Amino acid sequence: MTLYLFYFLSFLAILCALMVVVSKNPVHSVLYLILTFFAIAGHYVLLNAQFLAAVHVIVYAGAIMVLFLYVIMMLNLNAETEPQKGKWLRVAATMAGGLLMVVLVGALRSAADTISLPAQDSQIGMIKNLGRVLYKDFMLPFEISSILFLSAMVGAVMLGKKEIK
Amino acid sequence: MFTPALIYSLIFIVIIFSITLVIAMYSTYAERKVAAFLQDRLGPNRAGPFGILQPVADGIKMFMKEEIIPDVSNKWLFILGPSVSMATCLMTSAVLPWGSGLTIGGTKYPMQVADVNIGILYVFGVVSIGVYGIMIGGWASNNKYSLLGALRASSQMISYEVAMGLSIIALVMMTGTLSVREIAEGQPGGHWNVLYQPLGFLIFIICAFAETNRAPFDLPECETELVGGYHTEYSSMKLGFYLFAEYINMFISSAVIATLYFGGYNMPFISRFVTDPNTLSLLGTAFLFGKIFFFIFFFMWVRWTIPRFRYDQLMNLGWKGLIPLAILNIFLTGLIMWATGKIN
Repeated sequence: MTLYLFYFLSFLAILCALMVVVSKNPVHSVLYLILTFFAIAGHYVLLNAQFLAAVHVIVYAGAIMVLFLYVIMMLNLNAETEPQKGKWLRVAATMAGGLLMVVLVGALRSAADTISLPAQDSQIGMIKNLGRVLYKDFMLPFEISSILFLSAMVGAVMLGKKEIK
Repeated sequence: MFTPALIYSLIFIVIIFSITLVIAMYSTYAERKVAAFLQDRLGPNRAGPFGILQPVADGIKMFMKEEIIPDVSNKWLFILGPSVSMATCLMTSAVLPWGSGLTIGGTKYPMQVADVNIGILYVFGVVSIGVYGIMIGGWASNNKYSLLGALRASSQMISYEVAMGLSIIALVMMTGTLSVREIAEGQPGGHWNVLYQPLGFLIFIICAFAETNRAPFDLPECETELVGGYHTEYSSMKLGFYLFAEYINMFISSAVIATLYFGGYNMPFISRFVTDPNTLSLLGTAFLFGKIFFFIFFFMWVRWTIPRFRYDQLMNLGWKGLIPLAILNIFLTGLIMWATGKIN
């Protein structure tokens, strides 16, 4: 059952990710990207990481993609106004992308032979364990990354201001 | 395959589903009656005694109306909009506990569809994707007014979600759990969370008004500026879905408020008079529904009393008023917990 679910979610994620790139209408791309995020959240649930799944949906699908969609709707990008690239550029882009995939597959292929996974606690994704790990073992990196977010936010507000007094 | 637990769950889901729909249906009637009462009118009184059949008549009217899909609109997204709105607002009730549990044939069944350990986050996740229904519908209509309504809805919901999440964090700090059932059971005998979290409750209920797009925050469908807002181009039952989703959201928000802050299904003193566990549980459920009905009434009361905000006032209230207050609330909660020795 879990295995079938895994294959279904993986298929969905890859299909939707492809559709993000292929579809010509930017709004459709964003909607497919949201579906991709949902499929990935499903993977987190399969990994017994419910907290991560919920936060993933809230932050990515619920907040960041809403802003994406907001901007695309406000600029009213659609298939007509979007500049369509020339034929040769498309061929070149396909080749470059294909080459990148070959490199990635090659790199991951050799990595698969060497890494053996250590035994993991299957309950690590539960919120109590996660909180303990984050606030005990990784306290400093966690706090520093939150300060980084704060400074990024302040910076964005500063840039967004019309004039700095 | 069909174990008693599974059959019980299926029946329970169907019951919750029908109760939600019926309550949403009669909320439309109640809204008109409450409005009439507040404005010294009679309200609907033609269909059936006291106009009790009015929602049925409205429903039939909605179904009979002509279905119009604008020629230039994106047809699939135009249909997807109301569907997403309706589906998401019906999904929220899955994690809410409706009672302490029923004992049938010696086995105890919970009166809850799923008790996940991240219950509140599930509610937030579903609420945060609910905005897509409005955004997609507003954009696919290919109408300036609809688009403006959709943009307003999305920025309003994103802004108020932040304050709502922060107000919940203080509550979670106090109760120490994210499961809605455990939060409900942690406030027995009148020890309601609202007594310990008054500021958090105030922020939460204001945000709930904004998230359900109810007055005084109903700017996405503000008639005086935007014709009909995001549903200007909709007709027939698609429009019905949008309007209906708002009432379901109101019911669910009332249920969440009653469960998180007002003790849920805990009924004080009742266990002295009733001993049968099933009766006790059902009485608790009735008590919960009493609270829910009060909050639905409160939603309507506010709608017909307070005028609409201006859009910049709405944003100022959200970002400059509620979010700092919510952070202050978290800080105060932490301080009090530390002073009383609950954390060290």
